[in-house]
Amino acid sequence: MSRALFAAVAVLPLMLAAGAAVAQSHGGHAGHGAQAAPARPPQARPTPASKPKPRAAAPRRATPPASAQAPAADPHAGHDMSSAPAAAADPHAGHDMSGMQTAPATAPAADPHAGHDMSAMQTSPAQPAVSDPHAGHDMSAVPPAADPHAGHDMSAMAGGAPNIPTSVDAVGGRMVETPPPAAARAAPAHAADLLFDPVVMAASRKQLLVENGDIRSTAVLIDSIEASFGDGEETYSWNAQGWTGGDINRFWWKTEGEGAFDGKLHEAEVQALYSRAIAPFWDVQAGVRQDFRPDGDDTTHLTVGVQGVAPYWFEMSAAAFLSTEGDLTARAEAEYDQRLTQKWILQPAIEVAMSASDIPELEIGSGLTSITAGLRLRYEIRKEFAPYVGVEWSRSLGDTADYAKARGEDPEDFRLVVGIKAWF
Amino acid sequence: MSSMALDRRSLLRGAAVSGGLLGLSGLMPAWAQTGSPGLRADLPTLTGPNIDLTVGHSNFTVGGRTGHAVTVNGLLPAPLLRMREGQNVRLSVTNTLDEDTSIHWHGLLLPFQMDGVPGVSFPGIKPRETFVYEFPLKQSGTYWYHSHSGLQEAMGHYGPIVIDPAGVDPVGYDREHVLVLSDWSFMHPHEILAKLKKSPGYFNMQKTTLAGLLDGSDGMDLAERRMWGGMRMDPRDILDVNGTTYTYLINGHGPQENWTGLFRPGERVRLRVINASAMSIFNVRIPGLAMTVVQADGEHVRPVEVDEFQISVAETYDVIVRPTEDRAYTIVSEAIDRSGMGRATLAPRLGMTAEVPPLRKVPNLTMADMGMGGMDHGSMAGMDHSAHGAAGGAAAGAAAAAPMDHGAMSMRDPNNAPADMAVGVGVDAIAPAPANRLGERPQGLQDVDHRVLVYTDLRSLTPNTDTRAPSRSMEIHLTGNMERFMWGFDGRKFSELVEPIRFELNERVRVTLVNDTMMAHPIHLHGHFFELVNGHDGYQPLKHTVNVAPGGKVTFDLTANAPGDWAFHCHLLMHMHAGMFNVVTVRPLEGAAR
Repeated sequence: MSRALFAAVAVLPLMLAAGAAVAQSHGGHAGHGAQAAPARPPQARPTPASKPKPRAAAPRRATPPASAQAPAADPHAGHDMSSAPAAAADPHAGHDMSGMQTAPATAPAADPHAGHDMSAMQTSPAQPAVSDPHAGHDMSAVPPAADPHAGHDMSAMAGGAPNIPTSVDAVGGRMVETPPPAAARAAPAHAADLLFDPVVMAASRKQLLVENGDIRSTAVLIDSIEASFGDGEETYSWNAQGWTGGDINRFWWKTEGEGAFDGKLHEAEVQALYSRAIAPFWDVQAGVRQDFRPDGDDTTHLTVGVQGVAPYWFEMSAAAFLSTEGDLTARAEAEYDQRLTQKWILQPAIEVAMSASDIPELEIGSGLTSITAGLRLRYEIRKEFAPYVGVEWSRSLGDTADYAKARGEDPEDFRLVVGIKAWF
Repeated sequence: MSSMALDRRSLLRGAAVSGGLLGLSGLMPAWAQTGSPGLRADLPTLTGPNIDLTVGHSNFTVGGRTGHAVTVNGLLPAPLLRMREGQNVRLSVTNTLDEDTSIHWHGLLLPFQMDGVPGVSFPGIKPRETFVYEFPLKQSGTYWYHSHSGLQEAMGHYGPIVIDPAGVDPVGYDREHVLVLSDWSFMHPHEILAKLKKSPGYFNMQKTTLAGLLDGSDGMDLAERRMWGGMRMDPRDILDVNGTTYTYLINGHGPQENWTGLFRPGERVRLRVINASAMSIFNVRIPGLAMTVVQADGEHVRPVEVDEFQISVAETYDVIVRPTEDRAYTIVSEAIDRSGMGRATLAPRLGMTAEVPPLRKVPNLTMADMGMGGMDHGSMAGMDHSAHGAAGGAAAGAAAAAPMDHGAMSMRDPNNAPADMAVGVGVDAIAPAPANRLGERPQGLQDVDHRVLVYTDLRSLTPNTDTRAPSRSMEIHLTGNMERFMWGFDGRKFSELVEPIRFELNERVRVTLVNDTMMAHPIHLHGHFFELVNGHDGYQPLKHTVNVAPGGKVTFDLTANAPGDWAFHCHLLMHMHAGMFNVVTVRPLEGAAR
């Protein structure tokens, strides 16, 4: 594998992260100010052509009906379905209506007297309720003015609710709303401060913030505590992570390691990371990683990576590591939960490791160093606790495989695994 | 899946736990005790002008198991407050908890400082303090009250309010029952929230599976499933918290306890239905009985006869039923994701029961729930609008897959939102074509073969009093990130120090709520009623809470006539707690009661 290709692969996670960040900033924090509305690409719209647009002007305002704007901006457009101009001005006129009509007959029009008790008309108290269309209301008590039948427009029934245009219907950019009148900004900032101790109110407002969005959470996710059996020795391994923090900023930690059941720890590592949500499904993480090797160097790395959920529910993570020795390595993982039933879940997973350089003391060659694929079948006794069985295949690649061969090991390994996945 | 459904069914059919019943009666107000003859003058009811309420810890028993509850006067649900329009009421609330508490009078029009939201209307009620609420009752109807502090509401801190009209009640009835629908979990609500933060699908045991694909029981083909996967959305994410942890209560009774309300055949029975749940939207029906809806959110509507209605969290509906036969009827409050149900009985005599229908098939989210319901015909070649709301179906799936493949960006295009919306981590989607769904049947009821209430059926009995055209329009997006369990308005959680929503006193504003998420949100505005713009011009129904369907939009006209600061939020308690909250200010304060 050429070094150039490797470099491209190694920076992929970083590019992913950067790309996500760029996509984010596009609309993300831009919304705070009264930023100029970006020109709207026609293809971003569902059907620009087929929709009769009221006008093609730049940022449209939510127009008060009193103003002399186009009829479509009139929030009353569509109220009166029998009026042809109004109906035509409604960009959605017609198709919504068909939706209404498909709703099976709840039409109250079918029984205009439902619920009214015109007691004079009632001949027998034993009249069956279902067939009594007047059940419910005592007509005598209703003032004539409130007679629900007065001026009752049956045509409105068929039309249903008028379709009020929103930003989606705006042409030429995002809808800019009419600001509230100046009087709406009259003092005081907080009405209750006039009646209660402002200091006490300030404290309760602080609590209100905490109780409406500022949720802190702490999680421990044990991806696996596992025993594996293959041609070679029987080994144990673990892989766990966790976080504490809010929705955007979190302290994140990860640990993994493996050893032989005869007592020898092969290697272990711990990462301490700052994690920041940068897109709805993605976090970037940066921090340090400390390795522990009973028979080698305990290397320290700087690390940066990305973790999240890709479309089609693939759980992904990728990270690059720069060791204090100057070695650059990277890892990428993907896994998928296929629910067979609500409790039986089949999880394929794949992990690849890369290195930018030869690291003889770790017996790692440059390029793609190893690939591991697993298939685990777990049973969720509870969502938080699931034992599993599975298989795992791994292979060293390139120079790394040569190191293994020189050591007298098979670069390819196939093992049965059994373990526990849990979280709390 | 099938074994779960069986378990639940056998649970529902299980014999009543007599020990549970005995344990219950001490904790139940008389009207909520089983065998209740209904609301009667001779029953202990708290009425004005002076009412004392004490908030404290209690044990609560349901299904033979006892847990910890936060209650009012030791009762779950809290005592019925029965008052009369026009009277003044003084409510002294004493806090015996070790934490702050509060009571919000849901739907009541009152001075802002009496509204009971800590940090907005007042500082809250500290431990061992008493706060005196005092205000005139300017309205009549069915309302409720609950804590607005922390997650106390989810632990039992809620109760009903009935205000009789000053004049003659336009609704005639011989007997009335209050039905307080709610959800109870033995898991602490903070624990529930922690689970959701770590695993948003934690409570969902009805996800699509490979087995369900192969045997067709998921009602969703591979193409449609791929499309949902491509969006990283779950087509079965209908209720975040559901029957896997909740016991659905009616008047504090689980399905086993089977609360029973009495009637005499031939009577007109008024049922005052209140959804006091923390996180549960219900479909309510009484097999064999038609229900005539006469009130919504305490306001009279032109009567409309239905066989089933959906009641979102914090809504109330009054219905009239007229059982003529000497038999029992089952009241079913089925969670909209069909993960469980509340069950009660209307019967001529205590001990009679009727058949309890099994839970119906789990619905899938649809195209319209994705916010693609308002798409033009032309853009969706071959898409049949009548397929909207059909639960699955290959046609809808295939049609949907086409635009999604090359249009992943269109599911989160900032140009589909107002300029001041923050399109960040907290926004996983922006509805590309939100539809007005007020005339559509609510989630899961598209295909039932009987009459279902839709919002366009609601028409105010009296003409709207403010006939001015709105002077401005505003658009508020309901946003979220399902994977991170973040919720907000216009892309921001309240904790991000958002700008309040400002109105001028007596300003008339048209507000459109656009639901960018694939879950329903019951949006509640304190201190006001708004008029639902549903086609009944001049008779638009007045509501304090409106359910905004997934991918849908709802418009209301508001006359901001209550000076002060008011909470505005999603009434799914965990959504509010996760940030879907803001403050509405109405200025200047002139005219605000002191």
